[in-house]
Amino acid sequence: MKKLMLGNEAIARGAYEAGVSVATAYPGTPSTEITEAIAKYDEVYSEWSPNEKVALEVAIGASVAGGRAICSMKHVGLNVATDPLFTVSYTGVNGGLVICVADDPGMHSSQNEQDSRNYAKAAKIPMLEPSDSQECKDFIIRAFELSEKFDTPFIIRLTTRISHSQSFVELGERFEVPTKPYNKDFNKYVMMPGMAKKRRVIVEERMNKLNLFANETDLNQIIWGSNKDIGIITSGIAFQYSKEAFGDVSYLKLGMVYPLPEKLILEFASKVKTLYVIEELDPFIEEFLKQNGIQCIGKEKLPVMGEYCASLLREQLLGIKEDNITSVEENVPGRPPVLCPGCPHRGVFYTLKKNKLTVTGDIGCYTLGALPPLESMDTCVCMGASIGMAHGMEKVRGNEQKRVAVIGDSTFIHSGITGLIDVVYNKGTSTVIILDNSITGMTGHQHNPATGYTIKGEKTRQVDLVQLCKAIGVDRVTVCDPFELDEFEKIIKEETAINEPSVIIAQRPCALLKTVNYKGKVRVNDKCKYCKVCMRLGCPAIVDTGDSIVINEALCVGCDLCMEVCKFGAFEKVGDTNE
Amino acid sequence: MSNISIMIAGVGGQGTLLTSRVLGTAAIKAGYDVKMSEVHGMAQRGGSVITYVKLGDKVDSPVIEKGEADILLCFEKLEALRYIDYARKDGIIIVNDQRIDPMPVIIGKQNYPDDITSKISSNNSNVYIIDALEVAANLGNIRVLNIVMVGFLAKSTGIKKELWYEAIRETVKEKFIDINIKAFDEGYRMAENYSR
Ligand SMILES: Cc1ncc(C[n+]2csc(CCOP(=O)(O)OP(=O)(O)O)c2C)c(N)n1
Repeated sequence: MKKLMLGNEAIARGAYEAGVSVATAYPGTPSTEITEAIAKYDEVYSEWSPNEKVALEVAIGASVAGGRAICSMKHVGLNVATDPLFTVSYTGVNGGLVICVADDPGMHSSQNEQDSRNYAKAAKIPMLEPSDSQECKDFIIRAFELSEKFDTPFIIRLTTRISHSQSFVELGERFEVPTKPYNKDFNKYVMMPGMAKKRRVIVEERMNKLNLFANETDLNQIIWGSNKDIGIITSGIAFQYSKEAFGDVSYLKLGMVYPLPEKLILEFASKVKTLYVIEELDPFIEEFLKQNGIQCIGKEKLPVMGEYCASLLREQLLGIKEDNITSVEENVPGRPPVLCPGCPHRGVFYTLKKNKLTVTGDIGCYTLGALPPLESMDTCVCMGASIGMAHGMEKVRGNEQKRVAVIGDSTFIHSGITGLIDVVYNKGTSTVIILDNSITGMTGHQHNPATGYTIKGEKTRQVDLVQLCKAIGVDRVTVCDPFELDEFEKIIKEETAINEPSVIIAQRPCALLKTVNYKGKVRVNDKCKYCKVCMRLGCPAIVDTGDSIVINEALCVGCDLCMEVCKFGAFEKVGDTNE
Repeated sequence: MSNISIMIAGVGGQGTLLTSRVLGTAAIKAGYDVKMSEVHGMAQRGGSVITYVKLGDKVDSPVIEKGEADILLCFEKLEALRYIDYARKDGIIIVNDQRIDPMPVIIGKQNYPDDITSKISSNNSNVYIIDALEVAANLGNIRVLNIVMVGFLAKSTGIKKELWYEAIRETVKEKFIDINIKAFDEGYRMAENYSR
């Protein structure tokens, strides 16, 4: 049976068919749907782990125990997981182990644009790169077989356009793979210097074998066109762009991007006149060619950043410019993403701005609080950074300016806890606001340890954030509702004035959760003085028409935050009210 | 079988993703190779959202580029203006005559451009302006505006009506099938009766 599937769904399907027994992940666009899709298969144990490092460690454990395991993450997630990554390269596997990493060229939804192929090389772990959904499925199955054959983890590299594009996939049956026996093997799995030195040698031997394999495997394919004047070496989505731009020329399509097939590349290069290397982001393949003395055209003509597309290739490499374009000269206002109507974070940022606090921020929906009109976030670097950065700022500037760190519930669990320990241990006085909206919002509603449910929606023990913070040594922990603006502001003033660490847990669920049931809509009455204070909320449902304020009823969810802000009672509830 | 590139532009929450699924499913039924691409993540929080649906004998790149869309289906006027250059000069542009202010306009930092529809029409001779929102509202559920748009577009694809019905039945939730079929019919009829 053929089915239209997202690349991510095809990865999940492939893992299922390959008999995977454990799937772990921390969510992150564009990788999230992989594990969401695997979780639908009852045969597979799957979990949202607290972060990518733990996710990979769980997968390694499953592999050592003899099961096939897959661990998925976005590119920056691999940074978090690199510690186990670099050493699992030494231990190798028992059951097959595959790590899926999704890069985001063009940064559709990421804070940076890194090229994960560099990790494959640095960790000496082989890497495959599919170019459509069918290959996603096929490659993952191959990766499991090869992982066991070569006793190494495999990495599958995806990019946004592979993960989030749909194309046809031929479905197969699940292949039940029996759990391999587990034998205690000190020399293989205990990486102390004495054993690691021996495994280090094995890694190089394995690389030699993989180098040979790369030249022979059908994962790498030469596709001769009727035209050998032009030859293109490419992989992944760039193969599709190349085909669209160049059509019937010759291609060396690499399905295995690390290690690269030296002999095959030499053979291909020697038979074509002009050789292009077409790859998004870093000149990873190109540098390999140049090292081996092979002339090619690559980054001298093509950008090292952003996504490619066929017209870019046509323009840069063939000098053909698209001119069949409908165009209108006009200054088009942007449409940046915004906090949703009813978003609990709005109450927090409204108050932070009002109090002119310096805010070290973090990553999640709440990062949108950095944009106008809320504009109340000073920094955002990586998950968990808010707390450490607040502490670092304090060590330079003392408390001359009032300062808070804001961090989401999922992000706090992911990597905020250690930062908070640092504040307490090293005598800081930071105030940390945990934005507990009962879900991992940004990536599309995944459960996490603070929600009390598993990936399969089963109830589980919920992390008690209050107890956790107290155990760390924060004596001042306050739980409050960010929509009770007066109370919330009072707490913020108190906690930032005090000379000791404190945590404020701002608790109100995400307005998009099914359990949240705001009723009715708000309307503006004639008490409105057009003072525009409500406009500071940045609620998409409140509109300034130029001479009055109106509510866009299609967007209003009836959260009532505007009623809380207006001193004149100009907002009133209509329709279905709770009373 | 000639290739058709359809680009859908709208605002997060307007149902553009479902639209592309219905389109893709109908195209498969008609025997096309299909590729679709969408970007998740930040786009969903009320930002501008675009999806691509490409049909043909054999589709390579899932992405549609400037000057490539045979059909540009716009759920909102400003988004039509933003992505107008993706439409071929001789391409078809279908615009839902709805205005949704983006945050820079809401807070008074920028203006919503005037006369968008006439600006678009003066640069392309295949522009269709429809009020899908009103049609959907008359049917009793503004959320089906996306399928009204699909109905209108269906007319230009040459894919048989029955296949669209099947695609809708397979894609939308069971209790919404009837209203979506009605929405499709309304859109299709609008396309048949459209006069500039
Ligand atoms: C290392 C890393 N992993 C994953 C992500 C993707 N990501 C960004 S924000 C976020 C979760 C945010 O959830 P939460 O902290 O609960 O805030 P919310 O979005 O619910 O407001 C994730 C998973 C990332 N940016 N970096």
